[in-house]
Amino acid sequence: MSTIEVGGKSVELDEEGYLTNLADWSEEVAGILADQDKADNPDFELTDNHWEVINFLREYYDEYQIAPAVRVLTKAIGKKLGKDKGNSKYLYELFPYGPAKQACRYAGLPKPTGCI
Amino acid sequence: MEGDVKKFMYLNRKAPYGTVYALESLEVVLIGAAFDQDVSLAFVDDGVYQLANNQTTTPNDGIGMKNFSPTYKALGDYDVTKLYVDQESLEARGLSVDDLMPLTYEDEDDDWAEKPSIRVVSREELTNIMDEQDVVLSF
Repeated sequence: MSTIEVGGKSVELDEEGYLTNLADWSEEVAGILADQDKADNPDFELTDNHWEVINFLREYYDEYQIAPAVRVLTKAIGKKLGKDKGNSKYLYELFPYGPAKQACRYAGLPKPTGCI
Repeated sequence: MEGDVKKFMYLNRKAPYGTVYALESLEVVLIGAAFDQDVSLAFVDDGVYQLANNQTTTPNDGIGMKNFSPTYKALGDYDVTKLYVDQESLEARGLSVDDLMPLTYEDEDDDWAEKPSIRVVSREELTNIMDEQDVVLSF
């Protein structure tokens, strides 16, 4: 268990770096979580393409109460944002640690069910 | 179907809240769906309540569990499209298919037409379907 400081408030993370409490999420929190991955990849910045996926995941969670598995995410993104985005190549380029795992972390969701 | 595809049935017999069986079953189904097996779910006895429409739980009602029923709507995305509901169990509880969530899936082989996932079956039909399974996991 660790915490991050966001606007003077401390926000709890679980042992894998996911938010303990979904309600703590904000765009600022997402930015700080993304910065944590800069250690390995200094050039990493959240772009509009990243936000598109992060916002999609938050909407999916809101509707179904789960973080989708990567296969389901890929298919659903393709349906919503077009075939050129609904493929693993595009999504792994955006989120090299695994689209479901990494994007869910930034989106403040739990680790996807079935993600090992 | 090619390779070692087995027929898996998850048999659900308990009410959605009060015990963790229903939620655990659903999570196993979602995890198992990644392995490309032939998966079906059956709902018998109080298990039929798992699919009831308009479930609500609030932090203060003492149930102490979140309302996870919206997650059943994601099953179609996971290619879990066969949800057998025992008609006798429904009737014994004064329920009909109209009291259940309208769960659907999109049929890839039929131009992505939206089709109902819930199939109400008689005890006899369910017995036959269970007979065809390679594995039945009871929750």
